Amino acid sequence: MTEPIIYELGAPGRCAARLPDLDVPRAELPPAPLLRDDLNLPEVTEGDLMRHYVHLSQMNHGVDVGFYPLGSCTMKYNPKINEDMARLPGLVETHPYQPEETVQGNLRLMYELQEALKAITGFTAVSLQPAAGAHGELAGVLMIRNYHQSRGDTQRTLMLIPDSAHGTNPATTAMAGFEMVELKSDNRGNVDLDDLRAHLSDRVAGMMLTNPNTLGLFDENILEITRLVHEAGGLMYGDGANMNALLGITKPAETGFDVMHLNLHKTFSTPHGGGGPGSGPVGASPALAEFVPGPIVYAEEALIAEDEVDAENGNGNNAADSPSEYHRGTWYSLRMPPQSIGRLKSFYGHFGVMVRAYTYIRMLGAAGLLEVTEAAVLNANYLQVILKEVYPLSYDRTCMHEFVLRGEVEEAPDIRALDISKRLIDYGMHPPTNYFPLIVPEALMIEPTETESKRTLDAFVDAMTKIAEEARTNPELLHEAPHKAPVTRLDEVRAARNLILRWQPDGE
Amino acid sequence: MTFVPHTEAERREMLARIGVSEIEDLFQCIPASHRFPTVELPRPLSELEIVREMQHLADDNLDVGHIPCFLGAGAYHHFVPAIVDHVISRSEFYTAYTPYQAEISQGTLQAIFEYQTMICELTGMAVSNASHYDGATALAEAAIMALSATRGKRNRVVMAPTVHPEYRQVVRTYIQGMGVELVGDEGLGSNAPRTDVEALIEMVDEDTACLMIQTPTFLGEILDLEGVAEAVHAKGAILVVVCNPISLGLLKPPGAFDADIVLGEGQALGNGLNFGGPYLGFFACQEKYVRRMAGRLVGETVDTEGRRGYVLTLSTREQHIRRERATSNICTNQGLNALAAAVYMAGLGRCGLAQVSQLCYHKAHHAAEAISVLDGYHVDLTVPFFHEFVVRCEKPVADINRRLLYDYDLLGGYDLGQTYPELAGHMLLCVTEMNTADEIAQLVEALEEIAR
Repeated sequence: MTEPIIYELGAPGRCAARLPDLDVPRAELPPAPLLRDDLNLPEVTEGDLMRHYVHLSQMNHGVDVGFYPLGSCTMKYNPKINEDMARLPGLVETHPYQPEETVQGNLRLMYELQEALKAITGFTAVSLQPAAGAHGELAGVLMIRNYHQSRGDTQRTLMLIPDSAHGTNPATTAMAGFEMVELKSDNRGNVDLDDLRAHLSDRVAGMMLTNPNTLGLFDENILEITRLVHEAGGLMYGDGANMNALLGITKPAETGFDVMHLNLHKTFSTPHGGGGPGSGPVGASPALAEFVPGPIVYAEEALIAEDEVDAENGNGNNAADSPSEYHRGTWYSLRMPPQSIGRLKSFYGHFGVMVRAYTYIRMLGAAGLLEVTEAAVLNANYLQVILKEVYPLSYDRTCMHEFVLRGEVEEAPDIRALDISKRLIDYGMHPPTNYFPLIVPEALMIEPTETESKRTLDAFVDAMTKIAEEARTNPELLHEAPHKAPVTRLDEVRAARNLILRWQPDGE
Repeated sequence: MTFVPHTEAERREMLARIGVSEIEDLFQCIPASHRFPTVELPRPLSELEIVREMQHLADDNLDVGHIPCFLGAGAYHHFVPAIVDHVISRSEFYTAYTPYQAEISQGTLQAIFEYQTMICELTGMAVSNASHYDGATALAEAAIMALSATRGKRNRVVMAPTVHPEYRQVVRTYIQGMGVELVGDEGLGSNAPRTDVEALIEMVDEDTACLMIQTPTFLGEILDLEGVAEAVHAKGAILVVVCNPISLGLLKPPGAFDADIVLGEGQALGNGLNFGGPYLGFFACQEKYVRRMAGRLVGETVDTEGRRGYVLTLSTREQHIRRERATSNICTNQGLNALAAAVYMAGLGRCGLAQVSQLCYHKAHHAAEAISVLDGYHVDLTVPFFHEFVVRCEKPVADINRRLLYDYDLLGGYDLGQTYPELAGHMLLCVTEMNTADEIAQLVEALEEIAR
């Protein structure tokens, strides 16, 4: 199954959108050298366009299509009410530079979300500005840098990062001008404490730690790690990609983290959008609270003029300089925190994503969030305990919300994690994360999430068990998989060697 | 309501299979002193209650569906054809993630490939990536790319003062740890509100990695890019141009002027105002820089049966492979926003985008001319502009905006004194295809009355 490129469906003169005629006199255009001659965009009807995208959508696997146990990505079901709320015109058809008094509803929503995330994580301050997890990481690492500089502690240039970390951690460290030092993991999947002690010094700015880590294991020495790093004058950065394991279970700030990002698109059920938009708010301990990126929303009690703006019909009848009455109320405003690292993007963050996450948190409440994590951890351990009989498990202990198997089958030495993954596609399931973390050979990182039923989990167990059997009896079936996808395996080497990054008409 | 499907019987069965008796037993690895803290949140709401709650919040806002909007300054109110939301509401698109497993992600991959193609056409460039978080972060990534492309030997970036003020702040945030000197945007200079491109070119020296300019500028002026790239290249530096994608329905693209990197805020392409986000940063460059580009790229290839297909490519640039030596830490792009932009561009197509562009241009010029003859306001009509223009006001802009809002039900312009002290008393007005002739007449009449 392939679908033509949208350009290939067009014919000159077609257009899928009709605009009104010009209702003012034409003005003189800029001089010809500033004008373009032509713009080669597709020319299609609305019907053609819709069918094109429906066909493309049918070539995609999403959470709404089937099981999606992509480790570290928390592909949980995204409640539909989130989508409806993020399309309420009164919320989203607002310009970011409107006067504050005309967007009090939006600012209150952001404030309440900041407060909710503080309650969940234990942090003192939250900024909703970062656009994604990696962006939140950049915020956090820059906050650590500015903290040390504000104290004149300028020789701290090293950032400690365990070998199990996401690739974003070292990449972010480099962007912020730090040098990274890799720490070993011990045989239980924890940070090797001796290696940590050996690397601590007054040159260490901090440590980036994902907890639970990318093996899905909660570091049993977390209090000792954060104590040691603090003792050496460093700060703790938490990568909150795995927060789905901790809701109501423990508050990262209370275990010694100074700054951490959250992924609203993972933990708080906002859809992943085929790769964005995400949202990566950062929370900060008292030491770093004033350094968060801004602006953020502040609330204060104030005297508010009645009839400031009658938002319901857009009819402000009272002249601003003579409001009829005042009442006491809460006023929300955007301000830069005193020692902020600065602005990380234009405007205030991914508001549309915040609306979805806020909807989710309000619907679940504290008890609901705890139930989320309990079920996520239950599901992961259920799969782990059964599947470790089928595939090797490097770190055999109770996991949190995900676990990592080795994609190896005894008596089938040619089979790799990739083959198992591609074969899973034929069973209608999205493969786990492959080849990550790097410390597990042939890694298959499996995160079922809490929204999957026992029935789905059992079907996954069946599929993984059958695949192991197929690996022994008919390895070609795996090497040539997938057989039931819109295309068979794609030639990635050719794509990189013979770069074609845009469509060209035949012969050009 | 938690969307957790387990019945109590299933839960028991699963716990038994794991070999523990209670769910709490799974959390023994958490230090006991820090286990099961109290989380203070408001009581949970049913679906009906959350709808009421959110509508209540919405009622505390004033949205642009209820008031004519003349505010732009980096976020633009445009018409979004119905098909855009229908496509991005297909949950096969919006509930998927980064297309690592290409065989079951062809929908997302082909849609991005088509997006890349259309961005190349729009900007006149050879290569586009799959998008950045927004225009501001795209500019920051361009600065970093230029520094890397000049092999780390050049440590200086020249940036026009008429690049969007928030973009300039974001560039500063990004590069604060890199030991880079950023110059050029200290003040508007004697030509204000026009941009002195010659003076900026003068600042490009042997230590400069790039010149970064915006056209139309934040103050609305269309810059003539003729000869700029040549002058910048003569110093061995790179030309980065920020532009408005809707303006490119009318204006010659920066690629035609030999720019090296062309980027901008893609929100105007089929994405709503959304109170500032999520938007998307489009980012295109010349072919020779493709391996230094940040962000995701989709490439065409074939499957084992020779059929055309698409994959993420050149991932050796990226953080999950290269870690601390990656071109950037970026992982996700703005997939769904880029999809909306693609549907918008394809839907309007060759003629439609030019038409939107022309509607904006003529309506904005009509408004500017009408305001220029009013007492109390001054518009320099000799400045070439697209759909935004500067009005010098004899009364304070904040006062004028309050009167427009409260007495005339109009959302006025951006108060330039907030970010450019030398432009106190100047307002930036924006007119798009959303503003009817009648709304423009209301604005002109209101301004006239306010000046009295």
